[in-house]
Amino acid sequence: MPPSKTIAVAMSGGVDSSTVAAMLRAEGHRVIGLTMQLWNQRRLAGHTGMPETVQGRCCSLDDVYDARRVAETLGIPYYVVNHEDRFERDVVRPFVEEYLSGRTPIPCSLCNNHLKFDQLLIVAQQIGADALATGHYARVEFDQACGRWLLKRPADRSKDQTYFLFGLTQEQLSRTLFPLGEMTKPEVRDLARHHGLALAEKPDSQEICFVPGGDYKNFLDAYLAEQGDALPDTAGELVTTDGNVIGEHGGIHHFTVGQRKGLGVATGSPLYVIQIKGDTRQVVVGNQEDLYCKTMRVKKINLISVADLSEPMRVQVKIRHRHDPASAQLEVSGADEMTITFDQPQRAVTPGQAAVFYDGDVVVGGGWIA
Amino acid sequence: MKLMRRVYFDNNASTPVLSEVFDAMRPYFGEHFGNASSIHHHGQDTRAAVERARESLATLVGCRPSEIVFTSGGTEGDNLAIFGLARSGDHVISSTIEHHAVLNACKHLEEMGCEVTYIPVDGSGQVDPDDVRRVLRANTRLITIMMANNETGVLQPVEEIGKIAAEADVYFHTDGVQAAGKVPLDVNRIGCDLLSISGHKMHAPQGVGALYVRKGTLLQPMLYGGRHERSRRAGTENVPGIVALGKAAELAQETFQRGDDKTMAASRDRIQQTILENVEATGLNGEGAARVPNTTNIYFEYIEGEALVIALDLKGLAVSTGAACSSGAIEPSHVLTAMGLRPDRARASIRFSLGKQNTPEEVDFALDLVPQTVSRLRELSPVYNKTTVSS
Repeated sequence: MPPSKTIAVAMSGGVDSSTVAAMLRAEGHRVIGLTMQLWNQRRLAGHTGMPETVQGRCCSLDDVYDARRVAETLGIPYYVVNHEDRFERDVVRPFVEEYLSGRTPIPCSLCNNHLKFDQLLIVAQQIGADALATGHYARVEFDQACGRWLLKRPADRSKDQTYFLFGLTQEQLSRTLFPLGEMTKPEVRDLARHHGLALAEKPDSQEICFVPGGDYKNFLDAYLAEQGDALPDTAGELVTTDGNVIGEHGGIHHFTVGQRKGLGVATGSPLYVIQIKGDTRQVVVGNQEDLYCKTMRVKKINLISVADLSEPMRVQVKIRHRHDPASAQLEVSGADEMTITFDQPQRAVTPGQAAVFYDGDVVVGGGWIA
Repeated sequence: MKLMRRVYFDNNASTPVLSEVFDAMRPYFGEHFGNASSIHHHGQDTRAAVERARESLATLVGCRPSEIVFTSGGTEGDNLAIFGLARSGDHVISSTIEHHAVLNACKHLEEMGCEVTYIPVDGSGQVDPDDVRRVLRANTRLITIMMANNETGVLQPVEEIGKIAAEADVYFHTDGVQAAGKVPLDVNRIGCDLLSISGHKMHAPQGVGALYVRKGTLLQPMLYGGRHERSRRAGTENVPGIVALGKAAELAQETFQRGDDKTMAASRDRIQQTILENVEATGLNGEGAARVPNTTNIYFEYIEGEALVIALDLKGLAVSTGAACSSGAIEPSHVLTAMGLRPDRARASIRFSLGKQNTPEEVDFALDLVPQTVSRLRELSPVYNKTTVSS
């Protein structure tokens, strides 16, 4: 048995993180359960389109109750830490601003970068933990050869969450444990049952945690109304790829690249959103083939397996969570900017989403699609 | 496995039931179990016990026994006082630093059609009585301002407010939850019409409290049922709890006679001074104001109070910061914010609150643990490192 450590576990009240706590406890470590209070669902309750009662999952009392029950079952200390201010500043506001600028944000990556592996990791260290463990499906290991901490895809490819973790720094990775990296989800549920955890059958959560029912448009309206701002008028023209105006739209935040439904125009062939122009509020529509694109620029780069990129590198690139990594060439094209040239054109490259670079199982790094 | 030493300095949250108090209440679970409203021996037995406790409470606050209503605790007492008096259209005066039992009751009054003025506090956490006078209106029905604040321990100028209320012929309720048992109470000197008390803040159990209601004050009850508590609070009396509260009130009186409150203040001052002198970038919240003898609230710059509370708990010391929200997370303190404390200092503040059970050795334990824990937290604080590197 490896020497016993003090490990903080980020507990969401779900089966994955609960099982992590149980595993580490069974291995003889001193385990401390931590749950982040990030968003008060009651804040927007009652605004138009938002549920009257608390239905969102984020920081719901039910989840905190579940996490607390697990901690009690395992006999570990458990605390809820309040990071609502930072969450609003670093996740919710950027989420709203991105949509209003015509991009499609991923709040989960921002939360990982700014909350879970930053604020929570600091708290974990401050309260005496050697490491922070989470229920993510990913692997982290130290590579002696290159002297770097590596982030790798998990054994269960169907649960791979490395796409959301590309922003982790070497320092953060060195203090992080992903105990589920070698396991499949059914194995995790079996283990949860084995440890007598009442939530072993609890369904997985999928939606963005602070957006009840996944309806982000209502969320934007409600959030801006709560802030005393009206939703800015982002209505504009629907234009074709050659610049012909073929209609109008009610606001750029209603669209995402690749979208086909809800364009409000009827033509012979199916139309897709090709591009959203934040500055002119134009939504460019075109045919299926116009959606494909061979190169893209990526900004705010974080590199993991390499310290820098002195010459072009062959990688596989994932441009959204559910995307099969596509072979491409990666090269530096500016300050904190890289250009990716795919071997085969890729469908619906979406600004605001992350591009994560892989070398097989190893996450090379990633950045935000410009 | 070796049991960790646990030291408890969070007595403003709850206190342990003292052994004398537990001994007094124990017979009322089995031996003397009757319903105090029953006419037979068993009922008479518990009725007598309830009335003896009422006398002890009356002695504690300086009123007649008939002016004491037993409740389920501080929140019920505050709510009964507020909703028992205020009607739609009334004006009510409160303060920005009240406990949520008063603050959220006042918020609800506003929804019911009352107007509520919340008096601000100065940097030391005190209400200025002149502010109360200034906001009085013809339709002001009630002033509800606490005696001692739960987070800072700062005593409010309730006697001046009592005079203002009397002159204006306005009801005055004071939340005495954090004052009872810590400082001598005299409802006539305070000039209040209502004063709420909670058992578990003064070494009686959770789930019992009392409300002083001046004779002649017509309270609309909140619970309807039997004619218990002179029809002011229906429901079979919590006899063991009431007996315990009576005993705790007697013990509190003895405490003042012995001068134990001075000893407690000395312990509190030792904690406070040692920390302020030995840990850099710290300060006292409520500086310059009179406080109850058991409480001190200190900010430790460059750290999150929440992390400090957790780190100390993991080492066996229970203290607190702010108020816990329903998930158990800590909310930013409305009290420290109302005092004008910088938000980072408000988040970095910790409350130490002593109880009768605490010993000098426990103070030593805390004074050994706190500075080293603060140092470790600061070493890992990005803000602290940035500041120290740049300075």
